[in-house]
Amino acid sequence: MATLHAFANPARFLKVARPLTPILFWAGVALIVVGCWAGLTQTPPDYLQGETVRILYIHVPAAWLGMGGWSGIAISSIAFLVWRHPLAAVAARAIAMPGAVFAALCLVTGSIWGRPTWGTWWQWDGRLTSMLLLVFVYLGYMALARADAERGGDGRVPAIYGIAGSVLLPIIRYSVVWWNTLHQGPSIGLTSSTIDGAILWPLPIMLAGFTFVFAGIVLMRMRAMLATAKAEARMRRMARA
Amino acid sequence: MNPWPFVIAAYTVTLVGGAVLAIVSYLAMRKAEK
Repeated sequence: MATLHAFANPARFLKVARPLTPILFWAGVALIVVGCWAGLTQTPPDYLQGETVRILYIHVPAAWLGMGGWSGIAISSIAFLVWRHPLAAVAARAIAMPGAVFAALCLVTGSIWGRPTWGTWWQWDGRLTSMLLLVFVYLGYMALARADAERGGDGRVPAIYGIAGSVLLPIIRYSVVWWNTLHQGPSIGLTSSTIDGAILWPLPIMLAGFTFVFAGIVLMRMRAMLATAKAEARMRRMARA
Repeated sequence: MNPWPFVIAAYTVTLVGGAVLAIVSYLAMRKAEK
């Protein structure tokens, strides 16, 4: 915890973030290139779905980041409310846009996958509907965080919203268990999977690649927010002088 | 139904979406840190 507190200092954070941003981003890009090559050319088609199973390698990482992004917002919001670290609020705001983009990409790729597999682009199924709600919750968070910042708020309202919104995560996770509709049940667990290893192996490469790129983008956005806040503080000091 | 247009569309949307997000974030960072 002491290490975490040390990095809550913006100057120390930037010292680490500056070299880490390109490393994470380009390592992620390299892994995605390898994962795309493996997923598109090196795995066999599924016996039932055929070639469309290859959408798995981008749909699952998009879902992982859409939900993981909100977990990041909730954890940062708790850190902000408990320890009052301003950097935690910056992290939560920086995660919101990439999280929303990947949650939306999860819906779009799922819809494209659904047309040849289920015969429909969209169904008001438990998993699809709860994921759509997450996109709207992200948009609400972004609007609230921006309004709070513009009115000189202390960041508590977006932080409470960030924690409250996390109630959607178990609903999305267990929607396929609670409501037996169109989306298939859980096929990938922490220790086991119902998907054959010959098809599954590029997925961890893509998950790691997308996660690294996401982390790189979040660092870029945090650096932009910190630099803007620093410039605004300087302008305020000059206006007072 | 030919599956490849669906596969290519899904990959294109994701990779282009991710690239646009990365470029916008990078440019915002460069502008703010200048």
